[in-house]
This record gives sequence, structure tokens and C-alpha cells, in this order.
Amino acid sequence: MSESRTYQTEAVILKKTKLREADLILTMYTPEFGKIQGVAKGVRKTKSRMAGHLELLTHSQISLTRGRNLDTITASQTVNSFMPLKSDLWLSSCALYCTELVNQFAEENLEDERVFRLLLETLKQLCDAPNKELVLHYYELHLLIEVGYGPQLRECVICHAPLTPVVNYFCAPVGGMVCPNCAAAQIGVHPLSINAQKVLRFFQDAGWEKANHLKIDADLCHEIERVMNIYLEYLLERNVKSADWLRSLREMRLKPVAVPPPRPLSSAPPATPTETIP
Amino acid sequence: MPKEINTTPATGAINRLIQEFSKLPGIGPKSAQRITYYLLRSGQDQAVALADAISLLKQEVKLCSVCCNVSESDPCPICQNVSRDRAMVCIVEQPQDVVAMEHTAVFRGLYHILHGAISPTEGVGADNIRIKELLARLQGDSIKEVILATNTNMEGEQTAMYLSRLIIPLGIKVTRLARGLPFGTELEYADDFTLSRAIEGRQDFSG
Repeated sequence: MSESRTYQTEAVILKKTKLREADLILTMYTPEFGKIQGVAKGVRKTKSRMAGHLELLTHSQISLTRGRNLDTITASQTVNSFMPLKSDLWLSSCALYCTELVNQFAEENLEDERVFRLLLETLKQLCDAPNKELVLHYYELHLLIEVGYGPQLRECVICHAPLTPVVNYFCAPVGGMVCPNCAAAQIGVHPLSINAQKVLRFFQDAGWEKANHLKIDADLCHEIERVMNIYLEYLLERNVKSADWLRSLREMRLKPVAVPPPRPLSSAPPATPTETIP
Repeated sequence: MPKEINTTPATGAINRLIQEFSKLPGIGPKSAQRITYYLLRSGQDQAVALADAISLLKQEVKLCSVCCNVSESDPCPICQNVSRDRAMVCIVEQPQDVVAMEHTAVFRGLYHILHGAISPTEGVGADNIRIKELLARLQGDSIKEVILATNTNMEGEQTAMYLSRLIIPLGIKVTRLARGLPFGTELEYADDFTLSRAIEGRQDFSG
């Protein structure tokens, strides 16, 4: 890192934390410095010149000034605001899920330009690609590969025999697939259909171009979603908060909106004055 | 995390108050110390008035059972006011937003306070804010229009989009506060999202 007082970088905004009256601490992913934090002053005011350029899911060019603890963001200019993502509930939730994952897996100040490019490309693909679920799973797999947790999908992790085209088992603690023989001795194994194994192997090698042409049905997609979620949560040792939200949105899309039954007028619930204020 | 303060010469009561103050948002250990010593020097009346105000706050203020706003009466004065338009409900994130809206004196309908906004990455989902109360309130046909006045950041936008999906099927008109350029700003600093909304939502200027 150069020692000049100010520096510039591209960044994708991952997370905001409120600070003082009108400031924010932003967590960003940059190509040169990896994940960094910076203070954006006054951006919670309506008249902030930077606020719109520092919103979540925005790709911006930013200038920072070094500080004793945290660096301060002094200027920002949007490179790509990913507008389609921000005007759609499902897409913005998918994108937030992607940023949560990279925020969880990335170490601060550890440069990895490939992760930055992957994140940026994923946000672009979420805007354009036909099947957004596939984009998510492609991203999950490749993020894991970049941060060194790429699952072994071609041979049994235990006996190293090449996997045969049968139902094999995914085992999160050993980091990949195990054959049916070895699976019996492992805990936390999840059966994975032949097609699901094929899709994951295909994703591992294919670029976005090819991956986007893949057509898979909802059940297969769900199977992949489940196994990736198990693996991610095993690695992070906590649940991915936005994954729960994505699940609830998926359910909402499948079934008609649940409307609570009308309140009968006669038995209106009495006021609860003791209710605590959040 | 409030830092441990080394206040050896100070007594227990002083320490205790400093600790309490430094738990407040935006008040660090030094400010806490300054406020504490200020109170110590000030008259008995001022200190007692502050203590009373704080204890009254928790005793007297409750949530309005209609709009979920904080109020000393239930229903709150706005919900009780018969001159307000009961067909319009403005949905805001927090009680402070009602204060800002009321200051304009333009809106004459009722409010609903969500006490937060959906934030998937923070684990705040639809069940963590007061959406259930809102949906219960929208049953029946007295409410004709819902104005989504959540913040125009990612969380506020997500909340607005989620709510519109729930409310539109009920046959209620759903509107969103206009998004564009705030008064007193310069165009060159506007971001793409704001500017494109401002162009889309431009208004006839001939009238």
C-alpha cells in the first residue's frame, strides 16, 4: 500500500453500519485492497452529495483519506448503479445475499481481485441472465473456489476413487463428495442426485456464457440450493441471514399472498398499553 | 463497546452514572464523564428533572394500538383526530419520520409506523417489523390509499416493494413518495438512480 494520505479505488458497497448522527461505516470490496471499511460522513442527510453513490449494491469509484482507525471517504462517483437490481424485490434480495456471502468469507485488507471481478460479474448477470437461481449457485460455487473452499466433486474425498454415476453423498465436514461405500462411516452426509452432481461439476468448469445456457427444473435447482446452503453454513458456522429471507420470498412466489382473516368487530382485541417499545 | 474508564478518584455513584451515559448512542466515555460532572455541579432541581423525565418516558409512553406510533394515549392523538382523512395511510419506518411528515402540514391522513425496515443481511425480515398489524388494519374497506414513505435507501426500497406486493392484491391503491432531487442540491452530484427517477417523474411546469 502506498503511503500517500489519500488513495482511490473502485468498490462495491457490501454493508452499512450507522455511526453517530448522520454518518455511516461502509464495508466495501475493492480490487486492490480486498474488503475494507471506510467512514462516509453526513451521508444519512437528505442533501448528501455522496449518499446515492454509496448505496448498497453500487459499484463506485471512491476516494479515501487515511485516518487513525478508519479511513474517510471523501468523494464517490457511481460506475454502475445496477438499477434493475434495485427496482425488483427478488433481484435485490439475491444481490444482497451475494454481498453478504462475500462479506462473510473475505478477510479485511486481503487483496483478491478475482473475487472482486466475480462479485461484479455476478451483479451484472443478476440483471441480465435468464435464470437468477443458477446465477446464485454459480456464484456460490466460484466464491468458495476463490476463497479456498472449493468442494471436491470428481472423486471420493475418503478413498479417492473416481465417482461413479450413481447417487453419491455430499459431506460438508470433509469438503466434498464421498462414494456410497465411504458415506456410511461419515456423519452429516447428504445424498445428491446424478443430475445435481453433473450441474455442480459443469459449473466448476464452465464460464458464465455456458452456465447461462443451462436449463434445469425447479426440483434440481432446489436440491442444489439445499446442498450449497448446508456447505456454506457449515463453513461459516452460522446461518446466512439473507438466505432465510430468500427462502421466504421463494415461498411467497409459489403460493398466493396469505391475508390474515378479518377481525370480528365484536371481539376486537383490547389495547395492550404495556407493550414495550422496540 | 464502551471503554473501561479508569476513574479511581471518583466515587461509586459518579462511576455508575458515567457508565450509564456511555451506553447511550453517540456518547463516548469522555462525553459521559463531562455530562456527569456537569450534573454534579448543577442544582438539585435540574438533576431531579432529568431523572423524572427519564422514568416518565418509560412509564407513560406506549404504542398506539392503531398505528403503532409512540404516544401517551391510546389511540394516539393523530388516530383520534376526527378531522383527519381516514382513507389514507402513510407508512413510515420510525416515529421520527412522523414528526418530519407532520412538520410539513401537507399530509392530513393517518400513519402506520413499522419500527424498522426489512434488511435481509441484518436478519430483519417481515416478521420483525409491524407488517402484521398493518395488514390487520387494512382489512375492511375504509382505507383507500396507502402511501409508502419508507426511506429511499436499499432497506426502505425493499420494504416498499415487499409491502406493495402484499397490499395491491387487497384492492387498495398503493403509492410511493416521489423520488427525485432534494431541494437545494446541485445536479452534478446526483447519482444515476436518483436522476433517472427524477427524469421519469418530471412534472408539467406550465401550470
